[in-house]
Amino acid sequence: MSSLDDIKQTFFLECEELLEALNDGLADIEAAIPDDTFDTETINAVFRTVHSIKGGAASFGLEPIVRFSHCFETVLDLMRSGKVRPDTTNVRVLHRAADHLADLVAASRSDTPLDAAAGDALLAQLNALAGHAPQVAAPVVPIPDVTSAGPDDGDLAFLPLAIPFDFDPAGAGEPIPRTFRIEMTCSRELFANGHDPVHLFRELAALGDLTVEADLSALPDFDALDPLVCLLSWRLELLSEASEEDLREIFEFVEGLAQVRIEASSGAQDATGSQDAVEAPHELPPPPVATFDADPAARPPAPETSEADAPSTRREAKAAPGRAPKSTVRVDLDLVDSLINIVGELVINQSVLSQSLSDANVAHRSEIGGSLDEYKNLALQIQECVMSLRAQSVKQLFQRMARIVRETSEIAGKSVAFETDGEDTEIDKTVIERLIEPLTHILRNAIDHGLEAPDRRRAAGKTPTGTVRLSAGHRSGRVVIEVSDDGSGINRPKVQAIAVKKGLIAPDLQLSDNEIDRLLFLPGFSTADSVTDLSGRGVGMDVVRSEIQKLGGRVGIFSHPGKGTTFSISLPLTLAVLDGMVVDVAGQTMVVPITSVVETIRPDLSDLHMIGATSQVIKVRDALVPIVDLGMIFSYRDEPVDRARMVILLVETEQSERWGLAVDRIIDQRQVVIKSLEGNYGHVDGVAAATILGDGKIALIIDPEETARMADSGSAVASLMSAAGG
Amino acid sequence: MTLKILAIDDSRTIREMLRLCLVRAGFDVYTAEDGVDGLESLDEVDPDVVITDINMPRLDGFGVISAIRAAESRASLPILVLTTESAAELKERARRSGATGWIVKPFDDVKLVAAIRRIAAM
Amino acid sequence: MTDALDMQGNATRELVSFAIGEQDFCMDIMLVREIRGWTNVTMLPHAPAHILGVINLRGAVVPIVDLAARLGLEPITPTERHVIIIAVLGDQTVGFLVSAVSDIIGISPSEIQSPPRATSENAADFIEGVIADERRMLRILNIASVLPRTRVVEEA
Repeated sequence: MSSLDDIKQTFFLECEELLEALNDGLADIEAAIPDDTFDTETINAVFRTVHSIKGGAASFGLEPIVRFSHCFETVLDLMRSGKVRPDTTNVRVLHRAADHLADLVAASRSDTPLDAAAGDALLAQLNALAGHAPQVAAPVVPIPDVTSAGPDDGDLAFLPLAIPFDFDPAGAGEPIPRTFRIEMTCSRELFANGHDPVHLFRELAALGDLTVEADLSALPDFDALDPLVCLLSWRLELLSEASEEDLREIFEFVEGLAQVRIEASSGAQDATGSQDAVEAPHELPPPPVATFDADPAARPPAPETSEADAPSTRREAKAAPGRAPKSTVRVDLDLVDSLINIVGELVINQSVLSQSLSDANVAHRSEIGGSLDEYKNLALQIQECVMSLRAQSVKQLFQRMARIVRETSEIAGKSVAFETDGEDTEIDKTVIERLIEPLTHILRNAIDHGLEAPDRRRAAGKTPTGTVRLSAGHRSGRVVIEVSDDGSGINRPKVQAIAVKKGLIAPDLQLSDNEIDRLLFLPGFSTADSVTDLSGRGVGMDVVRSEIQKLGGRVGIFSHPGKGTTFSISLPLTLAVLDGMVVDVAGQTMVVPITSVVETIRPDLSDLHMIGATSQVIKVRDALVPIVDLGMIFSYRDEPVDRARMVILLVETEQSERWGLAVDRIIDQRQVVIKSLEGNYGHVDGVAAATILGDGKIALIIDPEETARMADSGSAVASLMSAAGG
Repeated sequence: MTLKILAIDDSRTIREMLRLCLVRAGFDVYTAEDGVDGLESLDEVDPDVVITDINMPRLDGFGVISAIRAAESRASLPILVLTTESAAELKERARRSGATGWIVKPFDDVKLVAAIRRIAAM
Repeated sequence: MTDALDMQGNATRELVSFAIGEQDFCMDIMLVREIRGWTNVTMLPHAPAHILGVINLRGAVVPIVDLAARLGLEPITPTERHVIIIAVLGDQTVGFLVSAVSDIIGISPSEIQSPPRATSENAADFIEGVIADERRMLRILNIASVLPRTRVVEEA
């Protein structure tokens, strides 16, 4: 059985979903502003999300969330009833309130206090919207002390009823029993609301000695009897130590449906008298509603259900068409990770088998070969399924970025239209988490530096509102995330001048446009004339680049003067497996990711040219491509590989630069499981990770781009890049 | 016989809170996540008590109560309303719509069970 | 964490003693995951001299440190007779190449002396204490100071 702590985790998970729905709803409302077509149900749904967060938070005594969401929902309630207009200004406040609510939830979840100032300002804004400034901030809902609610270890030590300790009429320690005289006359509606006086009497009986006398005088003749109408009245006497409040509480629900008069007469001696008076002391009255129970349709005997939870579990999983709630199973991420590891071993095992089979000269067409193919397929399918367990849509990430855009545009004083595309694209959960920082930085940059101020945009013949677009999608086996703006593009002369001024590059260096753009990734580079509060937070694009690299990804920049800039992040689909080309480099077995290999070339000697003493280029069709000798770059040998024997792997970087990686020979192509080198060791330049081959030996997985940059001492930019990339 | 309770609330957190509290008290607990879902579960579960939230997608708590009361077979089924407001006005509305009783969220385990005892045959 | 209780309930430390060349060292047994024979490693490019490479330890990539070279002693040329001590510190697993593992000994804290400060020996930096008896001197290795990742961070 779940404990209160488990439910609290559920609450936070649910909050994530609710906040997502809240943001969706607000976006829908925002989209409807121009046409003035508001769907009440949308506003209602938004209201419900905040309401649910409030309700859950109240259950756990999370007062800051309760207080804030109460103000928030008050405004939404007014909007729902048409008293607050959903215009641009108001919706912006709601967006900010949603952001703050998310912060509050996060703060509660991590148990870290949140700076109250931001919340107070928003509360004031919400209150202003609600039209009544001061009083809303008062505590709204009594918050129970959940810790005292009972032991949550699932035992059944349940208090039957609260015993009043506060009542002490005599002022002495011991409560003194009193006799209460109760008269109850039912209204006609009592039964219609599902009440049955017998239950009330039973509860009274639990408080002390109860006698009940029914007054049947109002009953009509049997023929005229309407079984659904209660026409009885009762006189009760209760000898109890309970307080009058306790009694009133029992009658709370029938208030208005029955006339209840309670009189307390003090003195225990009354008890004896009262016992004489009535016919059936200590016994519940015969159920006056017995006639109704006799109706078989009213209460059919329920079938015994031993699996009490089964039907409800199914309900939980059922998707309601109106809302399409996510049905989820909570799984420990560690469990998923070990599953991924085991499946990885399975894939390795499969390749070991393949290898030994081919070593044993078993024909591929044979029965065993066929079975092995099947084994391989199954292993890959399992792997795919397991991988997808870790996959998550980028939707939440994008919503988070929408918030960054709102905040940044406000501080920068720029009007920004934020567009997203491909929200349903799924990426490994870990990757999503680690994309937050880099994307935040790129977006801030795009708004702060990329977009022009509104007047300059007008002067350039553009709309005063700039557009920033965030998109995600799958492209040739990788996930590509792009941030583009329609700003002025990179001011290349200025960028180069800054790099020279900061001593990052030589003044007379000739650079291509793309090389200039990449200067932004140099450590310590910042193009802002004044370091603003936004992008100048001590981290530069170099950090973005290295963060993305750590994920096995690449960042590219594509900029068109006057038209805008696009940052393109390309990431592997999973962090766990890649398709590799297994190569021999000076006797060492290494792996090159196939995704980066454009083609493999066994070069014609006439296509190879020396540049200087050690550098070589290869002519590929009409282009000259620099060659990187992997054996030398990794110091496995001092001399380049034999030109007559070498194989060139043509790789392409994110910047569309081509390099030829020279290896001794290609051994195989296969899927390899990525093993971190950094966990137990650290980063090795030019090496992305390690893997374990069929023979159990470790092979290093090459990072072609980093390797190429290490090799390229001819370009000052590239050598700086490789220094920055480490 | 163990009392069967159908709890209808769109918040998973509240559903689980209710379940924890009610299972501990020895009830059989069934849940539904909105009004429509709840009505659909009625025949299957055949509850002794229904606990319902008010503000829910598709069909709200008042709708649930009217639908239950409209069917003759369950005209007197005890129904508790879960509400975040303790305002008298809301109680009055709940009563008018046919609710048997109400519980103010955040609910207290003891009070919830006491409320059930007051309306249900145990 | 490193303390074990002996039969009398006194806190004693159990240490694995091993030899590097002519010198005797030891490390806390709680840090030692397993001891295995030398296997060929995969070389790491541009690694410091004391990093021999990495091995596959049941699916994990584990770097092997030549402790002799790390401590500034004569580097070991590994053969099949040499031994790798797999140690775990925090989340990091590392293998240490040593000449031989000698013994497991129980030491009460009172027997441990502070390392001699006067020595200019490089190895002194890596030693957290010594245990001396008439037969020999055991140096207690400070594992944290010889982890490769620490070294990488220093270099970065």
